[in-house]
Amino acid sequence: MLGFGIIKGLAETWRNFIGSYYDPARLTTVQYPEQKLPPNENARTIPFLVFDGEDPMAGLRCTACSICAQECPAHCIEIVKDTTKKPDYLGKMQFYPKVFNIDMGVCMACGICAEVCPFDSIKMDRVFELSSHDRGMVLQKSDLAKPNDYFREIHPTEAAAVDAARAEEQRKAEAKKAANPVLAKS
Amino acid sequence: MKGLDQIFISTQHALAGLAPAPLQPLVSMVLIIACLMSVFGACFALTTILERKTLGRMQNRFGPNRVGPFGLLQPMADGIKMIIKEDIVPFSADHALHFLAPLVLTVPIWLAFSVLPFGRNMTAVELDAGILFFFAIGSASELAVFMAGWSSQNKYSLVGAMRAVAQMISYEVPLVLSSVPVLMAAGSLSLSDIVQAQSGCALGWLPHWNVFTPWGLAGFALFLIAAAAESNRCPFDLPEGESELIAGYLTEYSGFKYALFFLGEYLGLFAVTGLAVTLFLGGWQAPAAWLEWVPSWGWFAVKFSAIIFLAIWIRATLPRLRMDQLLNFAWKFLVPLALINLLVAVAWLKTGTWRFPAAAEVRWLLGASVLAIAYVCLGRHWNGPAPRPRQYSYAE
Repeated sequence: MLGFGIIKGLAETWRNFIGSYYDPARLTTVQYPEQKLPPNENARTIPFLVFDGEDPMAGLRCTACSICAQECPAHCIEIVKDTTKKPDYLGKMQFYPKVFNIDMGVCMACGICAEVCPFDSIKMDRVFELSSHDRGMVLQKSDLAKPNDYFREIHPTEAAAVDAARAEEQRKAEAKKAANPVLAKS
Repeated sequence: MKGLDQIFISTQHALAGLAPAPLQPLVSMVLIIACLMSVFGACFALTTILERKTLGRMQNRFGPNRVGPFGLLQPMADGIKMIIKEDIVPFSADHALHFLAPLVLTVPIWLAFSVLPFGRNMTAVELDAGILFFFAIGSASELAVFMAGWSSQNKYSLVGAMRAVAQMISYEVPLVLSSVPVLMAAGSLSLSDIVQAQSGCALGWLPHWNVFTPWGLAGFALFLIAAAAESNRCPFDLPEGESELIAGYLTEYSGFKYALFFLGEYLGLFAVTGLAVTLFLGGWQAPAAWLEWVPSWGWFAVKFSAIIFLAIWIRATLPRLRMDQLLNFAWKFLVPLALINLLVAVAWLKTGTWRFPAAAEVRWLLGASVLAIAYVCLGRHWNGPAPRPRQYSYAE
């Protein structure tokens, strides 16, 4: 009959009205600046540079190969190669970036740079409170560098895989060096 | 308690007495106007925040809770936002009408408050035909809405305005028809007389309010439905149905003009709610003699807030009607039911002379059963035959 559905609906809203004061489980709202949800492991926002060891500038994994800069659809990565070489984790001599800038105002967080990086140097971060009062959103090398421990903390699964692969490569390089010292010297 | 009951009247007399004698009528007029505008302006601000919070709670949300304690300063923030917004007038709009429409909407609604009795002796203007004045002035809002829609030179505004006018004209009929029995019972068009006619008790315990008679109960429900439609409240808010019309006739309004429309809508709701309290809930009368220590304006405020809460509750519950359902509902359900209600009221008033035992109960049952049968029969067919189940030729 006309009106029964309305009465049922009114009863439902009334239960919500009273219940939301007594049963906090009904209120699913997360009051953001005060409350935050636990971060999701798969969250990927903006790129950052991983470094090993203590010193960010010495331990940077990046070899200034510029693959990320070329692949970047938004052309927001600017890399200037240093003139000198330094040995990497395998003992090979590699170039290092003198300048590594990412314009976060242009970056669209697609993650292509992290996918194409052959040195596991550029990875996606999890920070999301990025709004700023000025346009100073060009992050320098020093702003982007974050320790490997941070990477392990935010993406444990991926970091463990990367660490295992790098340890394996390192072990192979050691074994090769031990087997053929002449080749290793050159 | 006499002093508290008449505190506004005595304050007004005292303040007007300070002015020189020739100016006294003018001063007391200004005092009344200022009082009405500030009280109902504050009421508007309070209702917006309480409505948003109640709606939130009814949808298991918090509602606004950031500005001030419990979010109670939210209306201030809204007001400041509305005032500092740019007031854009479309290039091709009719500038004069576009400017006038919000004023034409709000001014008559303020005038409508002048005849409502808010408490004992608390009527701004004692008109003999108060209710007539109220309905006459209330229908000016249709003009304002159409002015707004037409002058905006925007198809959404125009469609919204046409919908609004069709809706308001349709629902004006049941609104007036459902209040006619009250006039017959009171034998007067003056709202103060209508309140006086509802004083005392029936059967020794039931207040003699119109809502406790079968025709009064049905009339009250009809009046509230029609009032919701008149003030464009949910579920009859399709003149501004944002899913299909952006904001209806409000589309091209911004800044303070938009705020004026918003204000007008809420004031319309307040005015018609005040009228519902006066006509059906005994106005400012206390429900029982031992409760008369509460001032009369307090009782008015309690009943008034209860109906406002009901309006918010209904808004939280019901979805919007479709346009054809809306008009069918007015013309095929509300109007016939209001006419039958009128007949029931006539029978009720004519049988007032019955003097056998339990006459009151018999009258009540008779009236209620006639209305219930009419409700069931009309409620079955008001929206045409039920649609056949859809046949899908290719989707099987």
